[in-house]
Amino acid sequence: MAERPEDLNLPNAVITRIIKEALPDGVNVSKEARRAISQAASVFVLYATSCANNFALKAKRKTLNAGDVLAAMEEMEFERFLEPLREALEVYKKGQKGKKEVSEQKRKDKEKKPDSENEKSREEEEEEEERMEEEPEAENDAEDEEVEN
Amino acid sequence: MKMSQNTPDKDDQTSTNKKTISLPMSRVRLIMKSSPDVSSINQDALFLTTKATELFVQHLAVASFNGSGKETNTLSYSDLAQTAEEKETFHFLTDILPKKILARDYLQSLDQMQDDDADF
Repeated sequence: MAERPEDLNLPNAVITRIIKEALPDGVNVSKEARRAISQAASVFVLYATSCANNFALKAKRKTLNAGDVLAAMEEMEFERFLEPLREALEVYKKGQKGKKEVSEQKRKDKEKKPDSENEKSREEEEEEEERMEEEPEAENDAEDEEVEN
Repeated sequence: MKMSQNTPDKDDQTSTNKKTISLPMSRVRLIMKSSPDVSSINQDALFLTTKATELFVQHLAVASFNGSGKETNTLSYSDLAQTAEEKETFHFLTDILPKKILARDYLQSLDQMQDDDADF
């Protein structure tokens, strides 16, 4: 357990927003109820962490991974979260990977108008050009190092 | 044509990605790390715990509202305490969501218990 759970609260504004979004419009949520849910959420995090940590310990790992958290949810009888969690993780992973790609893609979209039918071949050409640009630089670096030596 | 169809898809993905979680992962990590046994947490595990916490908040709010809050159109502390007591999966919350009772009722129930004991 935490030393003092009050010090480890989640932001009230966000908790309130999540509650409001989950309930029908126009439902009042008392201040006391909001505080209680926020505290419950902190306890949930600790409980889930402790469960997940047990799975990691069993497997002799020091780092908690996604599988541990999912196993913890099952043990806590929150199986109903498993599916949405898996989906969210997939989107999250794609987002992490895709962030760079998406921004590059957007830049490309701006540079050229989406009228070409040979989109693929063009993209391939560009990729090759990029590689060509990178290689000479690498060679230069190697030469520089040799000179320094 | 191909591009104009692809682009909205990608935009949708990024916008849902932004919406996937609203709680700050840094704070959740702080809470997780406050547990003395935990040495390190990988990014996916942290993300899942944050997301699970949001689902938990929704689930607790909805379960409590449907349980007893509906009549008054209000979610109050007593609705939550009742859910913690009645629903198996929320039992771990009974310590931080104790049912509030009036001192008068508590004393009465103490008397009752003593009477019951006397019967045996």
